[in-house]
Amino acid sequence: MDTTFVRRELIAPLPPPLATRGMLGFARQRLFGSVLNTALTLLSLLLLIVVLPPLLRFLIIDAVWDGASRVDCLPETQGRPVGACWPFVAAKFRQFMYGFYPEAEQWRINVTYALGVILLVPLLIPRVPYKTWNAIAFFGLFPLVAFVLLVGDVLGLPHVETRLWGGMLVTLVITFTGIIGSLPLGVLLALGRASKLPVVRMLATIFIEFWRGVPLITVLFFATYMLPLFLPGNWRIDPMLRVLIGVVLFAGAYMAEVVRGGLQAVPRGQYEGATALGLGYWRMMGFVIMPQALKHVIPGIVNSFIALFKDTTLVLIVSIFDLLGQLRASFADPNWATPVTLFTGFAFAGIIYLVISFAMSRYALYTERRLDTGARR
Amino acid sequence: MTNTTEAAANSAGRAKLAMRTTANEVAVDIMSLNKWFGIFHVLRDVSLKVMRGERIVVCGPSGSGKSTLLRCVNRIEDWQQGRVIVDGVELTEDLKAIDEVRREVGMVFQQFNLFPHLSVLENCTLAPIRVRHMPRRTAEELARHYLARVRIPEQADKYPLQLSGGQQQRVAIARALCMHPKIMLFDEPTSALDPEMVKEVLDTMVGLAMDGMTMLVVSHEMGFARQVASRMVLMDAGQIVEINEPKTFFEHPQHERTRLFLSQILH
Repeated sequence: MDTTFVRRELIAPLPPPLATRGMLGFARQRLFGSVLNTALTLLSLLLLIVVLPPLLRFLIIDAVWDGASRVDCLPETQGRPVGACWPFVAAKFRQFMYGFYPEAEQWRINVTYALGVILLVPLLIPRVPYKTWNAIAFFGLFPLVAFVLLVGDVLGLPHVETRLWGGMLVTLVITFTGIIGSLPLGVLLALGRASKLPVVRMLATIFIEFWRGVPLITVLFFATYMLPLFLPGNWRIDPMLRVLIGVVLFAGAYMAEVVRGGLQAVPRGQYEGATALGLGYWRMMGFVIMPQALKHVIPGIVNSFIALFKDTTLVLIVSIFDLLGQLRASFADPNWATPVTLFTGFAFAGIIYLVISFAMSRYALYTERRLDTGARR
Repeated sequence: MTNTTEAAANSAGRAKLAMRTTANEVAVDIMSLNKWFGIFHVLRDVSLKVMRGERIVVCGPSGSGKSTLLRCVNRIEDWQQGRVIVDGVELTEDLKAIDEVRREVGMVFQQFNLFPHLSVLENCTLAPIRVRHMPRRTAEELARHYLARVRIPEQADKYPLQLSGGQQQRVAIARALCMHPKIMLFDEPTSALDPEMVKEVLDTMVGLAMDGMTMLVVSHEMGFARQVASRMVLMDAGQIVEINEPKTFFEHPQHERTRLFLSQILH
């Protein structure tokens, strides 16, 4: 019997068997690979069959697209079952978007939005150059310009009180402020909590635990109704500003813990490598540690952003009307009281929330892939 | 090193290296260093003078404190008693002095510690740009020069984790060289490498030694040590047991512990 072997010729690589490639291979392996897989595939199909047709019927097929009042959305008028009453949304659209912002001044909101989009889109596309200037413009300049435009009272723009703000405007202002306020605050707090200096560490920890320990509703309530009692006599802070500060501090505390998770995932060797090169604390954190830490926790960060986006609706309890608040207020209008008004309104709001949240999540996923430099193989 | 040609190259190299150690400036002066991790006495009255241009190879069993000693030289570790003077600057609590020393001392780690989110080129230019305030273009030229020197110029735009271990370690060496260090520390630079990649890293280090770099190397690569070391150091249980010329160290070790250690690792 032969016990030795010497290979004379190397085997060239061959393509994998046909059954593991393409659509057919995918279906065989992933959808019907095992009994459990097959069962789950069939169950999912069933779920789609149960859910999709009624949804499409309500939103599109049975929906009313034209009309001037509630009458057009009644089954008696239409002579058929009625789905969503879109004329209601069309009639209330301005209110949903702008709240009670004076109609003559609503162009200012649109200009703000346009400016935001013009600055944000190139920031999101990696290939566009001048990222640093773009970021300064968007995160530094844009909030100031937006503030001037929306609040007014300077440059000949009439003052618009924040209690007139509402709808999508409020949702976006709170979300945007919360996002660009909470991330830097969270980074600083996380650094504080990971600091070697006991006093800094303790202060950061107390701050984080306090804000995490209090429900957002309490924060908003306190900021709106209790804070004025503690402030000296004629010292007034704008109600919207109070809410914004509360939201930023609250979201910042959560963000801090997300970022801290990322810091823990950065190996000690990275600190040592940076230190040995002579990078000081801030440079080490800024160029070596934080970029890696944040990359690790992109899913957590986006999770917080999306939660924040949807939590804005809690400002309703302090009489600020965001998109959902404005929506609920509009249900009281007798001109549009139909059996489907409520569902139509919520469907509309749901679609908006879904689209924006989904977009954030997708973009985050894209960023994750783009920043993946081979750490996971 | 049984191969005769290599042995010949070795002795030629040694002759060339011997020329370099003539300067009698002290590069690193470690005086009666004592360090404890908690209650564990990890460095016990360690004293070592490294002259400019010298190549010191430190070996010893694991846990003997050799890495810790090395890490005290750029104060990645601090200590409780004793003094360390690097290139005329004493390392104290003074952050300025520490930064000054760290700029002049390059370090190569067992686990490379490259920055995975930066390309190879960016790894090399980060410190020159951010610490030495070098213009980006100059820093990039410098980085490419050193990457060519460690023989991986074509990998400049890849990311560290796309390279083999040996290539990563050579990038780490290039990264350290970009700061123009006067002293290089190597902490078991080949211990984490696949056997086939050890040589490429050692060759790079031999090249550095030939150029007269002051080197403090923790390593168990005895072939390398024989080839380049000006002095050998054996550590055990936190103390220096023997410091000797390589020839004496390997052929007539003076201390019983050295004999035992060498018999364990040289087969």
